[in-house]
Amino acid sequence: MDFNFTREEQAFRQDVRAFIDAELPQDLSAKVLEGKRMGKEDFLRWHRILHRKGWVAPHWPVAFGGPGWDAVQQHIFSEECADAGAPALMPFGLVMVAPVIMHFGSKAQQDYFLPRILSGEDWWCQGYSEPGSGSDLASLKTRAERRGDTYIVNGQKTWTTLGQHADWIFCLVRTSPEARKQEGISFLLIDMKTPGITVRPIIMLDGEHEVNEVWFDNVEVPVQNLVGEENKGWTYAKFLLGHERTGIAEVGRSKRWLKRLKQIARAQRGADGRPLLDDLRFRDRVAQVEIELMALEITNLRVIAAEREKRAPGPEASLLKIRGSEIQQTLSELMMLALGPDALVWQHEALDPAWRGAVFGPEYAPALSGQYFNMRKTTIYGGSNEIQKNIISKMILGF
Amino acid sequence: MNFNFSDEQQQFRDSLERYLRQNYGFDQRRALLRANSGEVWAQFAEMGVLAMTLPEAQGGFGGGAFDTQLVMESLGRSLVVEPYLSTVVLGAGLLAEAGNPVQQDAYLPRVAAGELKLALAHDEPGSRYELAHVATTARAEGSGYVLNGRKSVVLHGDSADQLLVTARTQGAPRDVSGVSLFLVDARAGGLTRQGYATQDGQRAAEVVLQDVRVGQAALVGRQHEALPLVEKAIDRATAALCAEAVGAMAAAIEATVSYLKTRKQFGVPIGSFQALQHRAVDMYLHAEQARSMSYLAAARLEAPREQRRQAISAAKVLVSQSARFVGQQAVQLHGGIGVTDELAISHYFKRLTMIGLQFGDIDHHLGLFGQPLAA
Repeated sequence: MDFNFTREEQAFRQDVRAFIDAELPQDLSAKVLEGKRMGKEDFLRWHRILHRKGWVAPHWPVAFGGPGWDAVQQHIFSEECADAGAPALMPFGLVMVAPVIMHFGSKAQQDYFLPRILSGEDWWCQGYSEPGSGSDLASLKTRAERRGDTYIVNGQKTWTTLGQHADWIFCLVRTSPEARKQEGISFLLIDMKTPGITVRPIIMLDGEHEVNEVWFDNVEVPVQNLVGEENKGWTYAKFLLGHERTGIAEVGRSKRWLKRLKQIARAQRGADGRPLLDDLRFRDRVAQVEIELMALEITNLRVIAAEREKRAPGPEASLLKIRGSEIQQTLSELMMLALGPDALVWQHEALDPAWRGAVFGPEYAPALSGQYFNMRKTTIYGGSNEIQKNIISKMILGF
Repeated sequence: MNFNFSDEQQQFRDSLERYLRQNYGFDQRRALLRANSGEVWAQFAEMGVLAMTLPEAQGGFGGGAFDTQLVMESLGRSLVVEPYLSTVVLGAGLLAEAGNPVQQDAYLPRVAAGELKLALAHDEPGSRYELAHVATTARAEGSGYVLNGRKSVVLHGDSADQLLVTARTQGAPRDVSGVSLFLVDARAGGLTRQGYATQDGQRAAEVVLQDVRVGQAALVGRQHEALPLVEKAIDRATAALCAEAVGAMAAAIEATVSYLKTRKQFGVPIGSFQALQHRAVDMYLHAEQARSMSYLAAARLEAPREQRRQAISAAKVLVSQSARFVGQQAVQLHGGIGVTDELAISHYFKRLTMIGLQFGDIDHHLGLFGQPLAA
């Protein structure tokens, strides 16, 4: 039992911190810390900076261009990035499709796609959910019919996060309608510029364009864009879901939000005119979420340590997803509650980094209610928390 | 960073748990509660359980906070009522930390051998969880002291051979300084004890001190300066209690899971119902988070005071909340049989409940944890 990072790990943390201090543009971190709207170029700027350093894909094997860090180093890196307010790296290419291509893709796919993911040249999005297939993902209906060297794809994907920026989409499609539902699915890589693809925005409850519908109308996809074998896509999809275990807890970002919550609750006044953080009812709620976050952080480290020892994952990934999302929601809710009546103001234009008008209420107010509304997604996406509980139940109960 | 127990630690735990499985089953425990022969305590001495965390100079193995965790988790699994926490963690812990060499040599080897039981007599009527509340007095007289006062809910105070008694040598009842610590023979003249069972099958006592005379040699640590010692001892005991709760939760969850798999209603195992599955999963989530915090509490025991206290309070809040949830839901998922005395589950529930009330409840520690947040 040892809760301490080694001397080497501490030195590594210093290196990471020094790099971020020197290279993370201040206007970029300000946008993140203040909850301003982030554009494609904002994400790519940080992506390219990390790529130049060779740090953009911390979990990739060295052979494919990763830095060769172990699980603890990866954790330290993401913790430092989150603390500094670095933009999140888009997971769709780096974390989701890349490991599938590495494990199941052809040499040609690896040679073509992986360097472009590393450099940020291709922006990826995920084509999993469909209007009729949410938690029951395997019931998906988007069809891919093979004609010679081409698949003809027809159907609709939805909840496609930032698909409006995407160059490529990885899709689960049905190639064998007769088979049992998990067995007729294939994993296709599709160029978003292919004729027949239409992207339509879905505006979220906070007024933001974050997700999309993607329609496929007789879209022709060359067979060399099939990953692995036909009808084995479900296996690859499950591999993908199990791949990223610890980042899902979002401990780093929640720690940053906790700091921000405390700052806001110190600046805000309660009804008695004293700082809100001196109101014991509010302070108890802050203390409670801080304690839950401490526990999550240790649990996350336990999983990371097990990962480093290459021990098989148990139900912890689901645990981290459930508790991590609940804590994000609580933090965002407390930040909104801290505003009191100022939380009612909807000043959407103030989220634009270029906007220079006056803010109604405190200058940190405009993002907070929207952020609370937006965070309701966290217990729904990536396998809803109820689905996560089904997964854990299978492991501990066998039902 | 490493969250594994060493091979030696695991072997030690395996042998303790094997012993408890064979000798501390539910019916065996029930018999012990009626008449305790002392056999289990003697076995603990024999196996080195009592000596594990004592200093090597006094015949111990010099184990640390994680060895205490290991023992307490195992004791929690089997709902052990022997006075390990009061004798070894609190009593011997205080002597090892603050006793002089004569006191250590006189008492610690006997603790290791299972020949001597200790108890900390600190809490008083009306003190609730405020550690500085000491109204019991120790008046210097001649070369020694005369003690007067009342101590309440002294854990295992009725079976202890020696009591570690806090008394005020200076100041008013809630002053931080002026508290001293004394070793008092349980059979000393003027000391009376009323022992009783606690809700969870353990023992405690009300202790009255009426002109109890002790010599200078009875003073543990420095005069007037015992409060920081007691605070740290109670922090150690709180971390230990967290580990006990983790063990008890694990056992309660195992029992509940196996009940869900075997109990049939509507022709199917009740574990096939999603409402119950998700409840069982919630129990598991609570227990895992509690385990993390229990480890953190142990890891921070030797940290600077503020850090130590923050970790202890955080752990006590989260573990007590988890213990409450797991205990309540274990009973609920067992249905009618869960609210009877006949099955172990209600006994786990009671112990988990009482752990939540010892050494500061959820509200108390949430308040302590929040104090540094003051704007």
